[in-house]
Amino acid sequence: MALKIVKGSIDRMFDKNLQDLVRGIRNHKEDEAKYISTCIDEIKQELKQDNIAVKANAVCKLTYLQMLGYDVSWAAFNIVEVMSSSKFTYKRIGYLAASQCFHESTDVIMLTTNQIRKDLSSPNQYDTGVALTGLSCFVTPDLARDLANDIMTLMSHTKPYIRKKAVLIMYKVFLKYPESLRPAFPRLKEKLEDPDPGVQSAAVNVICELARRNPKNYLSLAPLFFKLMTSSTNNWVLIKIIKLFGALTPLEPRLGKKLIEPLTNLIHRKIHIFSSHKMLCSQSHLIVSLSRIAVLISLSSGMPNHSASIQVMKYLGLLAMSKILKTHPKSVQSHKDLILQCLDDKDESIRLRALDLLYGMVSKKNLMEIVKKLMLHVDKAEGTTYRDELLTKIIDICSQSNYQYITNFEWYISILVELTRLEGTRHGHLIASQMLDVAIRVRAIRVFAVAQMATLLDNAHLLTGNMQRMGICEVLYAAAWICGEFSEHLENPMQTLEAMLRPKVATLPGHIQAVYVQNAAKLFATVLKNQEGNTDSTAAQETSQLMIDRLPLFVQSANLEVQERASCILQLVKYIQKLQQKDVEVAEEVCALFAGELNPVAPKAQKKVPVPEGLDLDAWINEPPSESESEDEQPKAIFAKEEPKHSRPRHTEVDEKELARRREARKQEQANNPFYIKASPSSQKAYQEAPGVEHIPVVQIDLSVPLKVPGLPMSDQYVKLEEERRQKERADKKKKEKKKRKEKRSGRGRKHDSGPESEEDITPAHMVDIVTEEMPEVHRSCLNITMNLKGNARTNMISAKGAVSSYVVSGGIFLPVKSSKHKKKKQKKEKEEKEKKKKKKHHHHHHHSDGGGEESVQNGTVEEEEPLPVSVYDIQGNLQDGSQVVVSVIFENKCDSFLKSMEFNVLDSLNSKLQRPEGSGPHDGLTVPFQLPPGVSNEARFVFTVQSIVMPQKLKGTLTFIVKNEDSSTHEKLDFKLHFTCTSYLITTPCYSDAFAKLLESGDLKCSSVRLEGVIMPFHHLLARICFHHHFSVVERIDSCASMYSRSIQGHHVCLLVKTSGQTVSIDAKCDEPTLLGNVLDEIKQTFSQC
Amino acid sequence: MIKAILIFNNHGKPRLSKFYEHYNEDTEQQIIRETFHLVSKRDENVCNFLEGGMLIGGSDYKLIYRHYATLYFVFCVDSSESELGILDLIQVFVETLDKCFENVCELDLIFHVDKVHNILAEMVMGGMVLETNMNEIITQVDAQNKMEKSEVMCFVTFINQCPCLDICSMQGHCFAFHTASASR
Repeated sequence: MALKIVKGSIDRMFDKNLQDLVRGIRNHKEDEAKYISTCIDEIKQELKQDNIAVKANAVCKLTYLQMLGYDVSWAAFNIVEVMSSSKFTYKRIGYLAASQCFHESTDVIMLTTNQIRKDLSSPNQYDTGVALTGLSCFVTPDLARDLANDIMTLMSHTKPYIRKKAVLIMYKVFLKYPESLRPAFPRLKEKLEDPDPGVQSAAVNVICELARRNPKNYLSLAPLFFKLMTSSTNNWVLIKIIKLFGALTPLEPRLGKKLIEPLTNLIHRKIHIFSSHKMLCSQSHLIVSLSRIAVLISLSSGMPNHSASIQVMKYLGLLAMSKILKTHPKSVQSHKDLILQCLDDKDESIRLRALDLLYGMVSKKNLMEIVKKLMLHVDKAEGTTYRDELLTKIIDICSQSNYQYITNFEWYISILVELTRLEGTRHGHLIASQMLDVAIRVRAIRVFAVAQMATLLDNAHLLTGNMQRMGICEVLYAAAWICGEFSEHLENPMQTLEAMLRPKVATLPGHIQAVYVQNAAKLFATVLKNQEGNTDSTAAQETSQLMIDRLPLFVQSANLEVQERASCILQLVKYIQKLQQKDVEVAEEVCALFAGELNPVAPKAQKKVPVPEGLDLDAWINEPPSESESEDEQPKAIFAKEEPKHSRPRHTEVDEKELARRREARKQEQANNPFYIKASPSSQKAYQEAPGVEHIPVVQIDLSVPLKVPGLPMSDQYVKLEEERRQKERADKKKKEKKKRKEKRSGRGRKHDSGPESEEDITPAHMVDIVTEEMPEVHRSCLNITMNLKGNARTNMISAKGAVSSYVVSGGIFLPVKSSKHKKKKQKKEKEEKEKKKKKKHHHHHHHSDGGGEESVQNGTVEEEEPLPVSVYDIQGNLQDGSQVVVSVIFENKCDSFLKSMEFNVLDSLNSKLQRPEGSGPHDGLTVPFQLPPGVSNEARFVFTVQSIVMPQKLKGTLTFIVKNEDSSTHEKLDFKLHFTCTSYLITTPCYSDAFAKLLESGDLKCSSVRLEGVIMPFHHLLARICFHHHFSVVERIDSCASMYSRSIQGHHVCLLVKTSGQTVSIDAKCDEPTLLGNVLDEIKQTFSQC
Repeated sequence: MIKAILIFNNHGKPRLSKFYEHYNEDTEQQIIRETFHLVSKRDENVCNFLEGGMLIGGSDYKLIYRHYATLYFVFCVDSSESELGILDLIQVFVETLDKCFENVCELDLIFHVDKVHNILAEMVMGGMVLETNMNEIITQVDAQNKMEKSEVMCFVTFINQCPCLDICSMQGHCFAFHTASASR
């Protein structure tokens, strides 16, 4: 009796083993979940028992439940308990459960380390084996680190069974604990030649996986593998080795050649011996027997019975081809027919593979044909995945390499429209983006596209009807936008407008409605324009009424965007209506709302916008928080190190490019300067319209910004015209190209275009600035110089130094604009006639700049009667008033005529203004208060107010005068430029060395530096030169090193440290105004580049 | 690498699932359902390879499957595995099951999923193919089963030789039972 009870209880205990559980679940089909939950309760009870057998049984059942999708992580600890059982049966159950449900974030895993280690060293090989198998599934970085050594020892275990498992698990260990790879690798390599094929195979397996991640480390093993390949008979090993070689051959081309022979042997052997042709897919990397694959495919497709194994071959053949396609597209293209045939295969996998290949098959000739075929498939295809795949493939194929293969965009648009008829595709947005892309980029197609889109909008009820949720309605987004944006091409804009304002539109997703509303407004503008032209005011009013009637629907929309746009436009239309009722013509103004064309922007356009000089994007805006304080306390190097920080990496070689770059930067700076007027919107606009689609906004920035000065001097305008012309030319050129390419507009082309474009941009800039380049020479010559302006007329340039007070700053000259050859073409046309005349007479004018003034002797003889006064000027800062600069001009009459009524006038810029007597207008000239008899010179002073002194600038001016001879008098005019260098704003100020040191330490000053190469002059000359030309004073001089100081009229401190070694002079500078400093340094550099 | 091995029947009931990468239980079920959906649609006479499947997919992965009577055997593998090799492996797996269960049928897999796991463990370890030689696999599986049987035999004889257990000691019997068998 007792025994019976015991037996019964034990039975009950075990009545639910795994089989019973499964049976139970099968018997409770209706309330499976409930049954399982009671089972789980039982299992929980069982797990509370001390008996390991009961626990093991419970864990076994849990493993099954886990497979059914029940979370069993709560039993993780019990699983560990069962794992640690001494009995193999239970241990195996425990490890199985662990491998099924443990993962890296299971916390009890760390409890298992010692248990696993014990099992690994167990005398029973199956204990070890089971532990390895389990570990392979749930190894964590910690476990890998702790157990790597134990596993490595096992790699040399006496039993092959253990060895092979240990070798294999090493891969997992490497993954989790990469440091173990180095010590373990020699042993792993050893195992490649293990006598047991299983171990060998495992080692090959591991090395293959490793090589997949980083092939080049395993090149050295190639000979070993080569031997294995020729000797091994194990298919699995061979497959893996060939896969490995597949990864290695790209790195070592010689390997490929060597492999051909053994591989072909292998393939022959395998094809004949094994029905499964294992090598086929693997060898594809090696491109050895493409023809064989093709033959296989053709064989298999030619076979009448499509048995599965044949299909397998076909699939693998196509797979291999797709790999070959990447490297040898030509060889695959020759099998085009075969591949197209595969498109008709009943097997979806094969069709998909063939589709992949199609991508490489298309050409201009066959694109339409192929796509037509695909469209047929689209119609036939059932199942959305395949159809979606087809759709994306069609679009991929057509749009690849920027529509390279499309010869007829009308065709493409119709294909896209046809694709919208597909029911339930997910790719509405893809079609939409293609439509937008093509319509925007291919200008010629717009008329057609707009017509198509209008039809699409008209039939919108088809689209919105049943498949709104499927995303095809995205197409309407594109349609609405295209119709709105290019509404001028619409045949019947009114009809489209009505279509867009249908009440049904309100069922569309919000973002599409928003586009509808916005573009309805655009259409409205177009319609109004048309109707007002017809002098039929009622029609226009009706249109407004239509808008007012329909828009409230959108105003009520739940979507904020729609609501906002709708209410905005509604109010606008109401206002328009009011105006209309007063018979005011509004169409023009309404159109102006949407005027302007949207142009595509190259993806990398942003990169081309230069970072303005002096703007360091990495710099802190505020001082970095307190950590750096300690650093601040350390004594700082007074001057920056040799290498400049960011702005001027190559200062020493002042080549053209560098100059151009700097000029560009300076212009940019001017553009950012609030004192300069920026490009007016109107001219921007003109730019946009002129050059067409290729025009990239960046270019506009480059071109339009620097030239804007109020009262734009004519030459500059000319420059602008020139640039525009250039642009047009470029556009024309491109159009020609475009024609050549049969309307193919490619982004690559554009990218390509924009490259040279930006380079070309430098050239015009160069042209504009050519005067600047002459500047330095002129500048240098300003000391003593006579300057020839016009044949008989000459300027005697007298150094202002002596004449003016000690703070005289800089010398300069009138720069005769006309004398520059380059300038001529930039003059305004109206002046050209006059100029030509002069040019004839004074063809040698351009000589003036070469070699400075002393050469003027050449014109000692007076050839012509026409006299001109000429002048020297000197700009001096006014110390009393930081914003005033005095320009002393010396006029000398070198001709034989009497000069009178001289008027001096300068075109003011925002930054600098000529001070005129009160009551005179801003464009009036100043009368020079003297007359000049022949051979006489006199000085006049003009005061300018300057706002910002951080940048050099030029002012254009004219001097008009009357030349009086005995018998006649003529009115003459001389154009000149005043160059305000930054140096001219500096005032020589003495400074003591202690004050100097204090200044440097104050930390307010920004560093910059410059290097001058090839300066061959004594150091003291050099210093004198800097002092003289740039108004510095020497603070201290020690051997070949000197510190210098100067102050600007606005009180900026400028400190220099000049060092010389050999022919190299390095100037480190500090100033509290980095821009000013940069410009001063540039000027210093230019001074020395003349030597 | 093999990412997952799934066996399910014609109705999509899972008979074995082995993931070599961790997913939570819900995701696993979803993968099984989806894979079944993909595989079951396909005709008999088409190739055994299938791309796609959102969860287990990714361009590098593909499904390689075989259909035997009522069961689908599906392997999800990445590109380092040979397609034909895996097809062969499935064949080896099934033949091994056939040998171990003597004319295997779905019921064997239903009731002895642990044994199927044990057999699989001898073939694939942590996602890598361990052994493809059927004889070797069977030898190892048999040896382990023998070990298990010997342990179970101990246990059964122990129960039969235990007449002295009474009701009072029932509460503690498991413990006694355990220590006794352990001491043996």
